[in-house]
Amino acid sequence: MNQTAHTPMSFRSLTFVWILLLILTGITVGVARFDLGAINIWTALGIATLKASLVVFYFMHLKDEPRLLVICLLVALLTLATFIGLTFFDVLYR
Amino acid sequence: MTTQPDALGARIGMWLFLFSELLLFGGLFLLYAVYLSRYPADFAAGGQQLDTLLGTGNTLLLITSSLTVALALSALQQGRRQLCQILLCTTVFAALLFLTIKGIEWQAKFSHGIFPGGSELEALPAGQQIFFSLYFVTTGLHGLHVLVGAALLLWTFGLTCREQVTTQNSAMLENSALYWHLVDLIWIFIFPLYYLLL
Repeated sequence: MNQTAHTPMSFRSLTFVWILLLILTGITVGVARFDLGAINIWTALGIATLKASLVVFYFMHLKDEPRLLVICLLVALLTLATFIGLTFFDVLYR
Repeated sequence: MTTQPDALGARIGMWLFLFSELLLFGGLFLLYAVYLSRYPADFAAGGQQLDTLLGTGNTLLLITSSLTVALALSALQQGRRQLCQILLCTTVFAALLFLTIKGIEWQAKFSHGIFPGGSELEALPAGQQIFFSLYFVTTGLHGLHVLVGAALLLWTFGLTCREQVTTQNSAMLENSALYWHLVDLIWIFIFPLYYLLL
């Protein structure tokens, strides 16, 4: 049973991830002050994805989980991306 | 027959549930994307009416509470039960603070007549009406998840007091922590899309 339990993450590395998340939040808020047109939304989504990856891999310990679970997450995200992509094929060319 | 707790199985079950949550919120983000491309100016005007300061405060609050619950799990796994309990209480407190700030925000919108079916809202251009409707549905559904997450963590806290959640049997804490991180994840996307829109 102990094989399936994680080795606990150290307080130090968790706090380090938290500081990274704070810095990224600062960058998101800072960038939003400048009107860069369409770049704004893509920067915001890019930073959000980076923050989400930090949370998923470190706080949620996905880096220590079996590879299969990582693949499952990718499938779920790909499904969502496919939904959004296919919808835009319709909406954009009406 | 002896029952052995299957920690990995419990986590995989939770992850599968979280995938379905992802697709639930994904539908709302899909609606957002489609209407943003149709009414970019109205969405920008709507976003500027949201309080960036309160939004940023709530973001910091959720990120920090994600840290405290991750620390709580590490503390339990290291056998430091009391520290784990303090961290769990901190997380629940952060959740309640988040909801309070959200309440203040909604209250400010309500007092300006901006709520579903409100007269002021119906006088706004179509794109802004859609923006605020999506804002209320998305943050409302997210707020509900905050409430459920806080309740789960509080229950887990109770179980640690009765020593039903221990270093050897921590699946309940692991899974409620996973749920709490999902609440944080969703907010990481809601925040720039609604509050920081130009």
